[in-house]
Amino acid sequence: MSSRNPHDLSRRDFFKIVGSFVSGIMGVMLGIPLISYFISPALDEQGGEKWIPAGPLENYPLGKPTLFTFTLTKQHGWEKTSQSYGVYIIRHSDTEVTVFSNVCTHLACRVRWKDELGEFVCPCHDAHFAETGEVISGPAPRPLDKYEYKIEDGILYIHLVEG
Amino acid sequence: MTDKPSRSRLQALYEWLDERLGLTTINKLVLDRKVPKVNWWYTLGSATLFLFILQGITGIFLTVYYVPTPDHAYDSVNYIMQGVRFGWLVRGIHHWGASFMVLFVFLHMLRVFYMGSYKYPRELTWIIGVMLFLLTLGMGFTGYLLPWNQRAYWATTVGTQIAGTPPVIGPWITRILRGGEDISALTLSRFFSMHIWMIPGLMLLLVTVHLYLVIRLGISNPPGKDE
Repeated sequence: MSSRNPHDLSRRDFFKIVGSFVSGIMGVMLGIPLISYFISPALDEQGGEKWIPAGPLENYPLGKPTLFTFTLTKQHGWEKTSQSYGVYIIRHSDTEVTVFSNVCTHLACRVRWKDELGEFVCPCHDAHFAETGEVISGPAPRPLDKYEYKIEDGILYIHLVEG
Repeated sequence: MTDKPSRSRLQALYEWLDERLGLTTINKLVLDRKVPKVNWWYTLGSATLFLFILQGITGIFLTVYYVPTPDHAYDSVNYIMQGVRFGWLVRGIHHWGASFMVLFVFLHMLRVFYMGSYKYPRELTWIIGVMLFLLTLGMGFTGYLLPWNQRAYWATTVGTQIAGTPPVIGPWITRILRGGEDISALTLSRFFSMHIWMIPGLMLLLVTVHLYLVIRLGISNPPGKDE
């Protein structure tokens, strides 16, 4: 006992150090995969882009917002779910249209065109948008979103970009 | 002292907490216990506790994706294995940990038996340990059905049939286990409930008492020549 150098590591301290080192490594080896496991779906490739055919342009009356709806099937985990989308299409001429998303810019409820008001109205918090998409009144922070479009052989296509 | 201000601040924090929580006392009672000179076989209980905690953690994480219905169980397990980052690892640990846990609980029990550690005053520790052993087997039995594949289905068919062999009450036990005459969605959801809530909850309670008794009574000496 007396011959022991005071700077020598005691058996107890040795095990304390080795113990914390080993548990630290095990904690990291388990912890990192577990975090990655939990956030995995958020790291997956999201969305993508797609041209959605919206039918012949003549289907849409001149100057009047017309609702066009479509559903897309998506894979969520092991399950295929279909999601519905709605856009308001206003035809201005044979080459020019406006395509509004019907998702309210406030909190993502769906807006509806009210013919009698000549406005888009959101049923959730009473946001009003003009035919140009501008905010008239209510809590919406910005005008309605617009989709890119193209017209090929008289068929209207909407550019859906997600993620 | 000025060259290491962070250490003293850490010390101050520890002292603040210690005064309120009694950390030093807990540490002295739980970890600084007097232990007789024993061998490696006496570490099996701690190994089992480690596995129990590991099974708890990986099990909790498996429920993030697993869905206990006939429509989704198989597909969700498949998704864990193929689609989720490190899903194979989390499920792999849970799968192998389950087998190891049965093994370690059993070896721990053998050690206690051969060393005579179950004798006075540790009879209660032994009895609770036996309950924990049976509950561990229950965890294995209920967990086996959850992947909802052919092996799971038929193993549970056989297992619940075996549970029905006692006279008079037998068929009744089978019906309770299956939640009806057949293995169905009801079986899957009740096995899931037993696997993640009922049995683990009971085990947590019993493990706490088991550990309390181990700490209170101390570890037994290995039997000597003249005993």
